[in-house]
Amino acid sequence: MFELLGIPPQALFGQLLLGLINGSFYAILSLGLAIIFGLLNIINFTHGAQYMMGAFVAWMLLNYAGIGYWWALLLAPVIVGAMGIVIDRLFLARLRDLDHLYGLLLTFGLALIIQGLFRNQYGVSGLPYSIPPELAGGRNLGFMFLPNYRGWVVVASLAVCLATWFVIEKTRLGAYLRAATENPTLVQAFGINVPRLITLTYGFGVGLAALAGVLAAPIYSVNPNMGADLIIVVFAVVVIGGMGSILGSIVTGFGLGLIEGLTKVFYPEAAATVIFVVMVVVLLVKPAGLFGRTA
Amino acid sequence: MKTGRMLLATALVALFAGGAEAQVSVKLGVLNDRSGTYADLSGEGSVIAARMAVEDFKAKDKGINVEIVSADHQNKPDIGSNIARQWYDQDGVDVILDVPTSSVALAINQITREKNKIFINSGAAASDLTGKQCSPNTVHWTYDTWALANGTGSAMVKAGGDTWFFLTADYAFGHALERDTIAVVEKSGGKVLGTVRHPFPGSDFSSFLLQAQSSGAKVIGLANAGGDTINSIKQAAEFGITQAGQNLAGLLVFITDVNALGLQTAQGLVLTESFYWDLNDETRAFAKRFAEKSGGKMPTMVQAGVYAGTLHYLKAVEALKDKDSAKVMAKMKEMPTDDPLFGKGQVRADGRKIHDMYLFEVKKPEESKGPWDYYKLVATIPAAEAFRPLDQGECPLVKG
Repeated sequence: MFELLGIPPQALFGQLLLGLINGSFYAILSLGLAIIFGLLNIINFTHGAQYMMGAFVAWMLLNYAGIGYWWALLLAPVIVGAMGIVIDRLFLARLRDLDHLYGLLLTFGLALIIQGLFRNQYGVSGLPYSIPPELAGGRNLGFMFLPNYRGWVVVASLAVCLATWFVIEKTRLGAYLRAATENPTLVQAFGINVPRLITLTYGFGVGLAALAGVLAAPIYSVNPNMGADLIIVVFAVVVIGGMGSILGSIVTGFGLGLIEGLTKVFYPEAAATVIFVVMVVVLLVKPAGLFGRTA
Repeated sequence: MKTGRMLLATALVALFAGGAEAQVSVKLGVLNDRSGTYADLSGEGSVIAARMAVEDFKAKDKGINVEIVSADHQNKPDIGSNIARQWYDQDGVDVILDVPTSSVALAINQITREKNKIFINSGAAASDLTGKQCSPNTVHWTYDTWALANGTGSAMVKAGGDTWFFLTADYAFGHALERDTIAVVEKSGGKVLGTVRHPFPGSDFSSFLLQAQSSGAKVIGLANAGGDTINSIKQAAEFGITQAGQNLAGLLVFITDVNALGLQTAQGLVLTESFYWDLNDETRAFAKRFAEKSGGKMPTMVQAGVYAGTLHYLKAVEALKDKDSAKVMAKMKEMPTDDPLFGKGQVRADGRKIHDMYLFEVKKPEESKGPWDYYKLVATIPAAEAFRPLDQGECPLVKG
C-alpha cells in the first residue's frame, strides 16, 4: 500500500477530518470575536468564559429544568447573549471612547471572575453531558469511524458561519452595522439607534460563543477552565485571519484546525504550539493578517 | 458561677504555661493546584486533610504549635519554585506538603534539599522522586508511577492484553509513567507497538486515539491524569474504540475522575489506588468527616496521603520535641508508620513510603448503591510487592 511520509493515506484522511472538526470550534469562536472587534472595537477576552457558560447553561437546563440538547442549542445562546448585553450596558458602554486596552483589561478581569465563580461552585473535574440520542453512534467511512455527533458539529458550524457572513455582508441590517462602525454620527442622523445596534451586536457575538459551548458540551468535559484553554488559540486565529475580518476568521478557523490536525500526526509534541508559529510567520509577512486591510 | 469560671481560666493558664516549656512551632505549607486540572484531586481538599491531621493529633495539647499555609502552583515549575523559595526563605515554612504535578514536585525536591527543609509529597507520581533524584529531605507518600504500572499494567497483561499503545502526557510525569509501564509490560511478556505524546493539558484526544486505534494494539495505555484522562476516556467511547474491542488502561485514575466521567462511561475500568474511602470502618469514618468539610466530596488518595503524611511528621516532632530537619527525617524513617487511612507501613531509606496498593474495578451503574460508591476491590497488592524494590531505584542514598 502506498504511504505518504510514512502515514497511510486512510489515516491521513481521518486526521484531516478531525482537524476540520476542531476547526469548526475555532471558526465559530473566532467569528464571534471578529464581529465584536470589527463592529465594536472591543477585544473581548470574556469570550472563552462565555463559551464555557454556554456549556454550563446547557448542563443546567438539563439537570435543573429537564430541558434537552436541542432546546439548549437555542436557549443557551439567548441566555448567555442576554447576560452579555447586561455586561455591555453596565461596563463596556462606558469604555467606548477609550483605548482598546481598557476594554481588554476589563473583559479579561471579568473572565477571571466568572471562571472563579464557576470553579468555586462546580470544581474543575467537569460535569458529564451526554450526546443527544438522535446523534449517538457513528458511521464507518471506510477510512475512519466518524461519530455522528462530530459530523453534526461540522455541518452546524459551517451553516452558522455562512449565515452570519451573509447577514453582515449582504443584507440591509448588515449594511447598517458596517456603516455604524464607519461613522456612527452620520448613521444616527439617519434615524438609526446606533447604541442599541452595537449592544445587540455584542449580544450576538456572545451568543455565538455560547453556541460553540453547547456544541462542545457532549464531547469535551464541561468544566470551568474549558474556555481559558481555548481562548488564546482562538485569539491567534483571529490575528492570523486579520483582526475584524469576518471571512478571514472563518477561513483561518477551519484552516488552522487542519494544520493542527496534521501536526498531531507528524509531530504531536508541537500540536499545542503550531498555531502560534503560524501566527508569528503571518505577522512577519503580512502584519494585518491574511484577510485584514492595512489601515 | 463566677468563681467557677475564674478557676477554669486559672487552670487553663496553668496548663498552657506548663506546656510552654516544650513548645515547638511548626509551619506547614500545602502547595498544590488550586485552580487547574488537578485542583479537585488535591487543591483545597488537601488543606482540609492537613488541618484534620493537626486536629486529630491534638497537636496543641502535645506542645506543638502548627500553622498551615497554602498556595497555588498552577502546575508550573517556575511558579512552584518561587513560592517554595519565598516560603522557606522569608515565611519560615518548615515542611511543604502535597505538590501534585511531577515537574513541579521535582523542582521542589531540589529546593527543599538545598534549603535543608522537609518535603512530604503526596500528589506527584514520578518514581524518580525516590529513584535517581532521591533526596534525604523528601518522603514520597501515596503512590508512584512504578506502583501504578505494577498494579494496572501487570493486571492488564495477565488478562490477555499483551500488545500496548501509549497516549502520554508530554511532561515529566507522563514520561515516567510510560517508562515504568513499558518495563512492566515487557517483563510480563507483552509488546509495545507505539507511543504518542500529547501536549499537557489537552482537550481533544481524538487524533491520538485514532493513531492508537490504527496501531491495532489490544490495550491503549493512558499515561496521563485528571482532565486529560477524563477527555481521553470520553472520546474513546465516542469514537467506538472500546466497543471495537480495544481496552483502555487508565494508568492513573482518581475517584474524582470517575465521578466526573459518570459510571456509564467509566464502568469496567481497572485502576490502581492506595486509598479508597469505602475500604474499612476507619476510612469510612474519616471520609464522612472529610465530606462534611468539603461540601460532600469524598477524599482522593492524594488528600488521604496529605493527612497521613502530616500525622507521621507530627509524631516525629512530638517524639523529638524538636523540628530539626535531619533529626525529624531520621525519626520518620526509623518509626514505623501507622495511621487509620493507610494502616501500618514504613518510610524507606530512599524516602519511599510503602503500604498496600489496591487494584479496583469501576462498578457498573446498577451495582452502585449511591453517590461515590464506585469501586469493587479486585486485588490487594501487599506493601512488599507494591513498590519498586529498594535496590532497583538507583537512589544514591541507598548505596551510601
